[in-house]
Amino acid sequence: MQFTSSSIGRKILMAITGQAMVLFAVVHLLGNSSIFGWLNGGINAYAEHLHSMPLPIILGFRLALLAIVCVHIWFGIQLTLENRGGRPRQYAVKSTQKATFASENMIWTGVLIGLFLLYHLAHFTFQIISPETAALKNLVPLHSDLVPNVLGMVVAGFKNFFVSFIYAGAMVALFLHLSHGIQSFFQTIGWSNDRSQPLLVKFGTLVALALFLGYVTIPLTIFAGILKG
Amino acid sequence: MSDHKTMTLTLIVWRQKNANDPGKFETYTAKNITEHHSFLEMLDCVNEDLIHAGKDPIVFDHDCREGICGMCSQVINGAPHGGQDRTTVCQLHMRKFKDGDTIYIEPWRARAFPIVRDLIVDRSALDKITQAGGYTSCHTGGVADGNAILIPKTIADEAMDAAECVGCGACVAGCPNGAAMLYTGAKVSQLALLPQGKAEAAQRVKNMTDAMTECGFGNCTNHYECMAACPKGINVKFIARMNREFIKAQFA
Amino acid sequence: MILDGKCPTGPIEQTWDKHRFDLKLVNPANKRKYNVIVVGTGLAGGAAAASLGELGYNVQAFCYQDSPRRAHSIAAQGGINAAKNYPNDGDSIYRLFYDTIKGGDFRAREADVWRLAQVSNNIIDQCVAQGVPFARDYAGYLDNRSFGGAQVSRTFFARGQTGQQLLLGAYSALSRQIKAGTVKMYDRREMLDLVVVDGVARGITVRNLVTGEMESYAADAVCLATGGYVNVFYLSTNAMGCSVTANWKAHKKGAFFANPCYTQIHPTCIPQAGDYQSKLTLMSESLRNDGRCWVPKNKADLGKHPNDIPEADRDYYLERKYPSFGNLAPRDIASRAAKEQCDDGRGVGPGGRGVYLDFSSAIKRVGADTIKERYGNLFEMYEKITDEDAYKRPMRMYPAPHYSMGGLWVDYNLMSNIPGLFVLGEANFSVHGANRLGASALMQGLADGYFVIPYTIGGYLATVKPGQVGVDNGEFKKSIEDVKAEQDKLLGINGKKTVFEFMRELGGLMWENCGMARSKESLEVNLKKIPALREEFWKNVKVTGSGAELNQQLENAGRTADFLEFGELLCRDAYHRNESCGGHFRVEYQDEGEAQRDDVNYCYVGAWEYKGVGKEPELHKEPLKFDNVHLAVRSYK
Repeated sequence: MQFTSSSIGRKILMAITGQAMVLFAVVHLLGNSSIFGWLNGGINAYAEHLHSMPLPIILGFRLALLAIVCVHIWFGIQLTLENRGGRPRQYAVKSTQKATFASENMIWTGVLIGLFLLYHLAHFTFQIISPETAALKNLVPLHSDLVPNVLGMVVAGFKNFFVSFIYAGAMVALFLHLSHGIQSFFQTIGWSNDRSQPLLVKFGTLVALALFLGYVTIPLTIFAGILKG
Repeated sequence: MSDHKTMTLTLIVWRQKNANDPGKFETYTAKNITEHHSFLEMLDCVNEDLIHAGKDPIVFDHDCREGICGMCSQVINGAPHGGQDRTTVCQLHMRKFKDGDTIYIEPWRARAFPIVRDLIVDRSALDKITQAGGYTSCHTGGVADGNAILIPKTIADEAMDAAECVGCGACVAGCPNGAAMLYTGAKVSQLALLPQGKAEAAQRVKNMTDAMTECGFGNCTNHYECMAACPKGINVKFIARMNREFIKAQFA
Repeated sequence: MILDGKCPTGPIEQTWDKHRFDLKLVNPANKRKYNVIVVGTGLAGGAAAASLGELGYNVQAFCYQDSPRRAHSIAAQGGINAAKNYPNDGDSIYRLFYDTIKGGDFRAREADVWRLAQVSNNIIDQCVAQGVPFARDYAGYLDNRSFGGAQVSRTFFARGQTGQQLLLGAYSALSRQIKAGTVKMYDRREMLDLVVVDGVARGITVRNLVTGEMESYAADAVCLATGGYVNVFYLSTNAMGCSVTANWKAHKKGAFFANPCYTQIHPTCIPQAGDYQSKLTLMSESLRNDGRCWVPKNKADLGKHPNDIPEADRDYYLERKYPSFGNLAPRDIASRAAKEQCDDGRGVGPGGRGVYLDFSSAIKRVGADTIKERYGNLFEMYEKITDEDAYKRPMRMYPAPHYSMGGLWVDYNLMSNIPGLFVLGEANFSVHGANRLGASALMQGLADGYFVIPYTIGGYLATVKPGQVGVDNGEFKKSIEDVKAEQDKLLGINGKKTVFEFMRELGGLMWENCGMARSKESLEVNLKKIPALREEFWKNVKVTGSGAELNQQLENAGRTADFLEFGELLCRDAYHRNESCGGHFRVEYQDEGEAQRDDVNYCYVGAWEYKGVGKEPELHKEPLKFDNVHLAVRSYK
């Protein structure tokens, strides 16, 4: 049987692509946190730094990310559909011992995160949700250059309750998804044993929690008026 | 020890004539049950009443009744083997229940385990997985002395942990995906740990996991319900080890 | 008739090697033309099917369970003996041979036992190669323990689940052959008849337990590896499905039944808790390595918590009676001693049928952790069943029927008196004499399956033309008709009592009058009551459902019907054997509680020939000769 049609092979692809996205999420959060001003010039400087990279690198990176996302979604749906039929009739009494809300709802938290990703891209990457505050159209001075006003766009967006709500909600889904997904990675890739496994569950939940808190702080502080443009 | 308190219980039992019958739940009353009855002895009592009344008794798999043959297979109130830690149905005793309890009794439910009758399912898919590679290809006779290859105690003990599997299929019944990863992982790990099984490790893990898929078992999503259901407490670390063996096999 | 076991002669050390050379061989290219049926997939059957398949024979294997891995060999806990002498403590093939002959109370054939001792070493190697995770020491060498009265450490073990691990080894070898196509596995099939054509075993009739259909299978040789018959006592340590049916059907077709009265009562089982109980659970004999058996000295102490009974008021009866072996006395002796105490009115627990097995001094000596490491799973099992913590209070134990040394008569080649019918493992009578030593059952099953039958069956098949009789032969049709007729009869009675009620009644009679102790009078009671019970069964049993479906009541009814016939034979054998030996204890023949053999009149194998239901069977004798081990009184004092 081919690796990509085997049970464990597909799980490994899910695990590796998932973990790659977790790494991306960590780096993304570290970059975004420049909004709190630790980088000279704030998030605008960070965004400008990224955009000033050579085009092939940017494109290559984006294409790789896209491929990873597609693989994750494709096999995620395929495996879920297969597993749905694994137990043709549910038991009259539901009694779960080890499974969690998160582990049982990976497909739905995944779908929510996927939808959010589309929204997020439309909002901050393609900037078509609220064109009037689009960073690309509102240039501001940074050092000696004029650069897109990412900070303004973000602040304007998160001032809106619904936008902040969507972001915060998506981060809850992300937390649930990763609280199962991170430890799951170690198990699937075989880097787990009876002693490390409970620790990995805790570690995964902690990382998921840290990402959740980190990400959710941005819209919350802006909406609450603590972080100003 | 000698208290003669008895219990009366309501049983809601899955009855299904054969594989093609849609099946349904039926309600029975179990009377005069003591705390020393095993769960299966309680069902024996119900069956004796049913036979006296001229009705078909409840059919269920059982044999050794001491928790080692792996034949008994019932989901009790949603938990394979009744949910008591490291216990098969036949070793579950009625002291775990109270007078007046209502108990749901169902067969293993999984795509790979078609129902044969009432609480009996067809588990031959597990045999097929073993036939795909759950062995060392040694001949009868002509093997080396038992002490020719030393095996450290820790390795032998860990292999034994994996080898304790009784093949009851509770892991499959407990898994929401109907996956057989714990069953397969335990055998793959036992033989991968031991020097005698290493030679065929790569081919074995591929063949056995392929058989798993071909038999209609689902895929692992790391719920670990299998470990909770396992009457021998087999750890999911053996699934991790099988995954590792699978990756190694890709480069073999 | 005087039976001939066809044992090789000459120096005992050379018998098996010489015999193997003398056996004819089947040409490798011809092997696939021979069909061999193996019934039962335990240690003997599983190992035989796998080995014969590997040799190239066309094997059809049958079991009544849903998978060959579930045979009751799986429940053996303690271990498997072999004469490896790894611990350098004086063991040898000769000593294992000697111990087995003596342990069997001089009622087994020397040549068979020698062969068993000789191949015991190959078994360990074979199982290690299969990936059986035997216990090892820190240096990586195989670990041994002493077991069941042996004075050397020759028992290999895999935690408390040795039988399981060995069976899974055989099952894995069998699975490999199933995959290779040399063995065709038929599960959920129960053998209900042996088909004999012109005096030769040619096949079997089985019931498909799922569909209820009767099926015929023809072969050039039939191997029965269908286990023991102690479920005739109803409550035993055997699995619920264990029965005498396959052996009994073969017996009814002419195979002699040898020494049925040799039944082993295991001393350490969890006592019965109530009438509803369906089986008894054995606790490994290894517990007696550290546990001390006792009962209160005074009947007044019976109601007390055991821990409140002072040391001085406890009777450590095994240590008292057998100072050199103490708690490790052989099974038959330990069982009878427990019964004596209870008969004396000093038994503990419900009904006064129990003795204490106390670990408190061992816990004091080596610590609770060490005890837990040694017996943790057994203590856990005990607690699950009794709800008592054996670390805090002594276990309660009582003997229970466990193993049958008797079985179908076979010659040295494991062939019964019906040509083409071979009998392996517990199902035959061969090596354990009147009493089996601990950790020897696994040894015998695997010896027969891996290392004896692959040679001896060839010796037979080389003399017959393959495929002479097919299922179209009239005998197969007649067999199916007979089996169906019996089944219809059972279904048509529609009486008042369930199968279990009859089985409980039969078991009660057997246990009471033909159990650990037997007497002329008690056996006479049974020889009268069993036929009456059998008659009532055929008039008053109630079996619901039909034959054309999965019907467990019908399965049990058939097995019970056979037990009702067989029980009488067991009692008759016990009645005729006017001596006490091993598992057969006649109260008339004892010397202060010790079994008194009569070597002048009873040093023979008693093999019974079936003459019809209720008709007296004919006794054939195979005299036993002891050229190497001198007949002596077995003493463990």
